[in-house]
Amino acid sequence: MSVTGVEGEERGDYTRDESRQIRARSRRLLGSLLRPVRGRVILTLFVVVVSTAAQVAGPALIALGINEGLPAALEGRFVPLGLAVGAYLVTGVLGAVLIAWYTMLSARVSQAILFDLRRRVFLHAQRLSLEFHESYTSGRIIARQTSDLESIRELLDSGLNGLVRGVLYMAFIGVALVVFDPVSALVIAASLVPLAFLTRWFQTRSQRGFRATRVASARLIVKFVETMTGIRAVKAFRTEKRNDAEFGDLVEDYRDSNAKVIKLFGIFDPGLILIGNTAVAVVLLVGGFRVIDGGLAIGSLLAVLLYTRRFFDPMEEMAMFYNSYQSAAAALEKISGVLEEEPSVPDPVDPVDLWTARGALDFRDVRFAYGGDRTVLPDFSLSIPAGQTVALVGSTGAGKSTLAKLLARFYDPTAGTVELDGIDLRRLHPKDLRRAIVMVTQEAYLFSGSVAENIALGKPDATIDEIVAAARAVGADTFIDKLPDGYDTDVNKRGGRVSAGQRQLLSFARAFLADPAVLILDEATASLDIPSERLVQEGLTTLLADRTAIIIAHRLSTVSIADRVLVMEHGTIVEDGTPADLIAGTGRFSRLHAAWKDSLV
Amino acid sequence: MPDTSSVPTPTRAGTTRTLLRLLPFVRPALPRIILGMVAALLAGLVALGIPLVLQALVDGPLASGDSAQVWPAAIIVLVLGVLEAAFIMARRFFVLTPGTHVEAHLRTTLYTKLQDLPVAFHDRWQSGQLLSRAMSDLGLIRRWLSFGVVLLIVNLVTIVVGAVVLFFWNWILALVFLVCSIPLWIYGYVFEQKYSVVARRSQDQQGDLATAVEESVHGIRVLKAFGRGKHSLEKFTRQADQLRGTELDKARAIANIWLWLLLVPDVAFALCLGGGVWLVANDQMTGGALVAFFATATVLRFPIESIGFLLSMTFDTRTAVDRLFEVLDSPNPITDPTDPATVTEPRGRLTFEGVHFRYQDAGPDVPDLVDGVDLELEPGETMALVGLTGSGKTTLTALTTRLYDVTGGAIKLDGVDIRDLTREELRRRVAMAFEDATLFSASVRDNVLLGRPELTPGSQEADAVLAEALEIAQAEFVAELPDGENTTVGEEGLSLSGGQRQRLALARAVAAAPSVLVLDDPLSALDVDTEARVEAALRRVLATTTALIVAHRPSTVQLADRVALLQDGKVTAVGTHSQLLATNDHYRYVISSLEPDNTREVEK
Repeated sequence: MSVTGVEGEERGDYTRDESRQIRARSRRLLGSLLRPVRGRVILTLFVVVVSTAAQVAGPALIALGINEGLPAALEGRFVPLGLAVGAYLVTGVLGAVLIAWYTMLSARVSQAILFDLRRRVFLHAQRLSLEFHESYTSGRIIARQTSDLESIRELLDSGLNGLVRGVLYMAFIGVALVVFDPVSALVIAASLVPLAFLTRWFQTRSQRGFRATRVASARLIVKFVETMTGIRAVKAFRTEKRNDAEFGDLVEDYRDSNAKVIKLFGIFDPGLILIGNTAVAVVLLVGGFRVIDGGLAIGSLLAVLLYTRRFFDPMEEMAMFYNSYQSAAAALEKISGVLEEEPSVPDPVDPVDLWTARGALDFRDVRFAYGGDRTVLPDFSLSIPAGQTVALVGSTGAGKSTLAKLLARFYDPTAGTVELDGIDLRRLHPKDLRRAIVMVTQEAYLFSGSVAENIALGKPDATIDEIVAAARAVGADTFIDKLPDGYDTDVNKRGGRVSAGQRQLLSFARAFLADPAVLILDEATASLDIPSERLVQEGLTTLLADRTAIIIAHRLSTVSIADRVLVMEHGTIVEDGTPADLIAGTGRFSRLHAAWKDSLV
Repeated sequence: MPDTSSVPTPTRAGTTRTLLRLLPFVRPALPRIILGMVAALLAGLVALGIPLVLQALVDGPLASGDSAQVWPAAIIVLVLGVLEAAFIMARRFFVLTPGTHVEAHLRTTLYTKLQDLPVAFHDRWQSGQLLSRAMSDLGLIRRWLSFGVVLLIVNLVTIVVGAVVLFFWNWILALVFLVCSIPLWIYGYVFEQKYSVVARRSQDQQGDLATAVEESVHGIRVLKAFGRGKHSLEKFTRQADQLRGTELDKARAIANIWLWLLLVPDVAFALCLGGGVWLVANDQMTGGALVAFFATATVLRFPIESIGFLLSMTFDTRTAVDRLFEVLDSPNPITDPTDPATVTEPRGRLTFEGVHFRYQDAGPDVPDLVDGVDLELEPGETMALVGLTGSGKTTLTALTTRLYDVTGGAIKLDGVDIRDLTREELRRRVAMAFEDATLFSASVRDNVLLGRPELTPGSQEADAVLAEALEIAQAEFVAELPDGENTTVGEEGLSLSGGQRQRLALARAVAAAPSVLVLDDPLSALDVDTEARVEAALRRVLATTTALIVAHRPSTVQLADRVALLQDGKVTAVGTHSQLLATNDHYRYVISSLEPDNTREVEK
């Protein structure tokens, strides 16, 4: 069995092979993040090595002061003492300054890595197809980019510092002990055995615990975001109490899994202290006898005791590292999973440029099935010459929207090709594709920012005059002028203050500004009132005069501006002709049109 | 930062006072936290006891060469060491559970408060900002409570006690040590000022970044349709870069405090080494005392070094608490009355009496969005609300269930002002379907029966209500979903098309069996066939239920008994569809698709 991408993300029971595979994937990601900053990493390491060495010199210099300086001072010579004090001052200042420098250096490195990772995940999430987004859901992809990145930040910020300095500290103390008193060094070496067992026990237990924590927190986030974004429905249907209960359970799960992990620390941390203190007692015992024998100077005993005590000091910090390491590793596993997902609508390897698109569209023997088995378009061929305005008509599920999504390359066909000006969309340069083909959907999403910024999404370098002109062309200017700050009005969260119809007008203005060769309108006027729709249609007749357009609309009013009507049924075209011909005929469209006509006043 | 600017910055209270606001939440955990502190303090004292033994050993047996005394001394040190470990374990044991409980309590309190706060609040706050409060801020508070504050207090006490012990060994050396640490305390104060500002900025920028992430995911279709992935990446990059700058400022502050924290003890050690050896040489101090002095000072080093970290954690936590209470302190103007009335005989008469509404932040020269609406819906009557985009239709519907409160006039349900009802009762009697249909991560069944919590899940009655609602909304597609009506939809489930979602939202409103049904353009995403079938079925429900329907289309209007025409926030005409069509020019302009040229002439 193997796990690729985000598959099996919420499982806790990986086989040995799967775990190895996931870890390798995380390691590769980590390596690729470190590579660009390796120069700085090396400098940072150098600084921390020197600064730790300077710090570790302290007790040795105290021993020197007592062993050499004291007898000399008794004889009235203060030079050795002065030297020891001077050396202590120098190492102290050097150690402190270098540590401060190291803090800055490591912050630069970790911020560079985070910045890189943030951008990569963001970019990748944007590149992944809608198919992925529809199945992976927004809550989880948001969790990857927020809470998971947060735990990696914690690791880099504090955890890694603790580890690097801790390991160096212990290593240098080890060296100092060997130099000073090899016997005590042996005692410390012996204490490493229980230390290793304790750490190993902790490692295996906590790994499982941290995985559970991540899963619990992701569930919590999904529920939270869903409630806040759907707050109107929550209130209207009085689900507050039920949500409270459900959220309360999720909070409790999260609390419980957190508590389990912290409990492990409750054993690990005192265990470390115990090992350290036992070592101090043994060093004292062994050293005490040798001082009496004259085999060890008093100053040296002090230095050895200070070293032993300090040797275990960083362990607590290193345990903290383990804390953040575990959650960061779990986070990295998931992030690397997302990054491993191949976009099912990949950018072309060898893109074909299309500087000016004419707008001829061709479907050649296209078959399309969602997820590979739910066939929507069985075998579809269609040719739309440049400049034609086509209305797509048919009941829900006939495949109209699928057709639109294939044209906008939200999806790729399962078989066959979709072409623009004779070029397979899969080979077309993305920038040219997006410039040439623009789709406006019923769901008109507004981003936080001003009205002008939202319209400018259609053309980021647009001047304010162009933006106003686009708004005017679709008749959005009347309501924008009434907003508190006109075009600079903040549309707020999810366009809270802007009505559904107004949002659609804004997204029309966006499309106008984008000025594409092919415009796809998927139910883009559904929320408009009739006068607005009329205005938009007027704008459309001028706009669509020299470009290709695919219009999907349930209301047949749109059909009046179409050159050609396609009636779809179960993924095939059942009628194809000019509106006039079809209305005059006896087919499905003429019946639909008659019914629609009746409904008008 | 669009959001932070719209949130009033509260005047900053002192750190201690801010943190004390946590007290009501912490109170149940307080005994255990205090016990934890006591345990930690004992651990610290025991650690300070070890040098005492060392001094006795050095000045006693080691000086006299009595090897028999080495064993007891080592054993005492071992016992003290075991005790220290035991106390640390006790500290963790005491503090562990209460910390997580406080965090959980805060989290559910925040969530409950957020659900209670009115829609106007949510319009203003991005959910990313709220999420960062609910997750990282609360996590930080927990860590601070069960770790930060305990160690901060205990380490400070340990430092004080340790200083006393140092004086006991030798007052001159102790004085040197203390004088040297004065710059540390001064810098600590400066650090607070600098760091808390940067910490706050960093947390806000993280919230903004979370919002950017959220929008990039929710708006993915638009970004893809316009190929603006790159554009949004650039914006995101700018924001991430700002955050990086802030984080580096933060690191600079931390680097500075580290510098002092390490420098001060080392300088003090060096001076004490010189002074100490000189004192011993002049017989002012024993060798054992000097050894013990350094052993004590070494025990104190870690608490002193940790102060910087603990202080910055404390200031971070203070910022987190500020951010938390920004939400918890938000006034909720839409609350239940203290003495709620109830509708004794629900008949479904909905009355608007001189209703005004304006957004709080609307400029003084902007007229009210709803500007004096008088309207009466008789029991069982279906009223269509017609008007241009932006004429206030949706706002008017939102007022009926107090998603917003009227700013003038009153809305009455069966003669009772809706502000005198509990929100629970009001929303039980008035059910809504929104145009942008929100479905939750739950089965179709649970989504549709959302407004009927009193029905036993799986009971015959519940199934009947579900089946009927789905039938009326023409949601027969449900049968074809993988698990039928048990299929999970929404965020964590199957994604449905706009039309499918709208039909489920309609089914949900119908299933709620309210006395008043408020539908905001409920059929906009449906195709003509389906719309016609839904309308036919809806007629059955509407025959007995009062309904207010926002309508854009003549077909929807035809469901209604009467039509109210909304124009610039006022109802300018009420009548049947054909009456208005015959007499009202604006109505014709709004609703008629025929002969647009003629109607436009008239409009002019």
